[in-house]
Amino acid sequence: MAEPAALSGPEAGVAGLAVRLRGVTKVYDSGVAALGPLDLEVRQGEFVSLLGPSGCGKSTALRLIAGLNAPTSGTVGVARRGDRARAGHAIGFVFQEPTLMPWTTVRENVRLPLRLSGTPPREANARVDEAVAQVGLSEFARALPRELSGGMKMRVSLARALVTDPDILLMDEPFAALDEITRFRLNNDLLSLWRNLRKTVIFVTHSVFESVFLSQRVIVMTARPGRIGAEIAIDATEPRGEDFRTSTEYAGFCRRVSQALAPSYPRQTDL
Amino acid sequence: MSSLQEPSIAEQVVPDRGRLGAVRILLPVVVLAAAIAAWSLVVRINHIPPYVLPGPGAVFRTLISDWPILSRSLEITLQTTVEGFAAAAVGGIALALLFNQSKWVEYSLFPYAVILQVTPVIAIAPLLLIYLPQQTAVIACAWIVGFFPVLSNTTLGLNSVDRNLAGLFRLYGASRIQTLRFLKLPAALPYILGGLRIAGGLSLIGAVVAEIAAGSAGAGSGLAYRIAESGYRLNIPRMFAALLLLSVAGIVIYGLLALTSHLALRRWHESAVGKEN
Repeated sequence: MAEPAALSGPEAGVAGLAVRLRGVTKVYDSGVAALGPLDLEVRQGEFVSLLGPSGCGKSTALRLIAGLNAPTSGTVGVARRGDRARAGHAIGFVFQEPTLMPWTTVRENVRLPLRLSGTPPREANARVDEAVAQVGLSEFARALPRELSGGMKMRVSLARALVTDPDILLMDEPFAALDEITRFRLNNDLLSLWRNLRKTVIFVTHSVFESVFLSQRVIVMTARPGRIGAEIAIDATEPRGEDFRTSTEYAGFCRRVSQALAPSYPRQTDL
Repeated sequence: MSSLQEPSIAEQVVPDRGRLGAVRILLPVVVLAAAIAAWSLVVRINHIPPYVLPGPGAVFRTLISDWPILSRSLEITLQTTVEGFAAAAVGGIALALLFNQSKWVEYSLFPYAVILQVTPVIAIAPLLLIYLPQQTAVIACAWIVGFFPVLSNTTLGLNSVDRNLAGLFRLYGASRIQTLRFLKLPAALPYILGGLRIAGGLSLIGAVVAEIAAGSAGAGSGLAYRIAESGYRLNIPRMFAALLLLSVAGIVIYGLLALTSHLALRRWHESAVGKEN
């Protein structure tokens, strides 16, 4: 696994950067140029969405930041707290599917990152309980994944990402497969978690409405190879709740983001 | 967030499985009874002598009267089968784990595992009997036919791990041992158990083949040896009785392994969950 280079020097602390990508490209073994060159800076505590059509390299960018894949060229910098024993702790990752271990309970699924890092059982128990409570699943701690609804499984996945208390939360279209009602609830809950926990969140989505509702900044990406097409700051009234979802302010932002997205629509022949 | 109410655990639909289950047991029993009745009738009507085709009654009486000899033989064959099966299980799983850890080992040895599998064991058995003590040779035969399904199924299972879950383990810096223990082995368990289920039956076949090959040359007296011996002596009822015992042994082995598999997987795996609710 390629280690993302830690941000060093004054940039890490003073400028408060959590993630910095410089001229990052990714060409897969098949020869497909998936990404870049991409320059991206995310401040600590910021909620940023990467928005774009399918196959524009959003997920690739996220996997590069997580260190799950290595970039073909360019540098990926991820800020780390000094007290981190292991690199993996700094980052929590939520996949598009819940990606749970079907053979074990909610508790054990959430405990996994702590088990892998050898966290003492007593401390691990407390943190697992806390993470499970944060996503509202305390009653289902002993349930198996197959006994849960799609939304609940996604909550387990989120709890697992939160259990290590990461600085950065990477989310790869986590709610795309859910129905709209469940998605709205999870959006609300994610926002209140973000307000309380002050994590840096990079959220990949192909929903204009979701990106506007959640983020402080929407980065619109163009079709393959993915580059930044536009950046739109969503400086809306805080805190955002259900009122925001139906406000003209929200509609205005959605219109601006949609217009920015229009040039990156796939050509009709590609569909 | 905690104020949210998710929909509760999905209500489990219980269709009319009781009746269906009864029918599934009843039908084969009816077929068996009809076959036995027809067999008995054919023997009686045509006055077929027992040294050509004994009736079911004669077979059953032989089973009782020869029980001391047959039970001893059954014991020997079962012991061989179990030892061969255990060797196949341990060997197959261990080899698959080794292959999974090192591509070099896999590329070097896998072709030979295939060769061992595709060469008919009946052709290998006489050679093994020359070079190995008889009991060892018989177990080796049971092992040869049993280990390949375990090996290939376990390999398949170890390679079928969810890609994203594997990525998650990498993200959290899991060691090889941790990945194996917490991810690969549990994910491969359904496949391993499937392989063991096949290997159980095959180990019995391997044991029987080796006993037949050993034949009069050996001092062994397993069920297969009894069948061969009874054939020479035209003791056809005893042949049938021994055959019956072999079939029953095979069914019991399969049943036990299927039960083990079901008990191990019933909480989470689709293949077993469907039967429970």
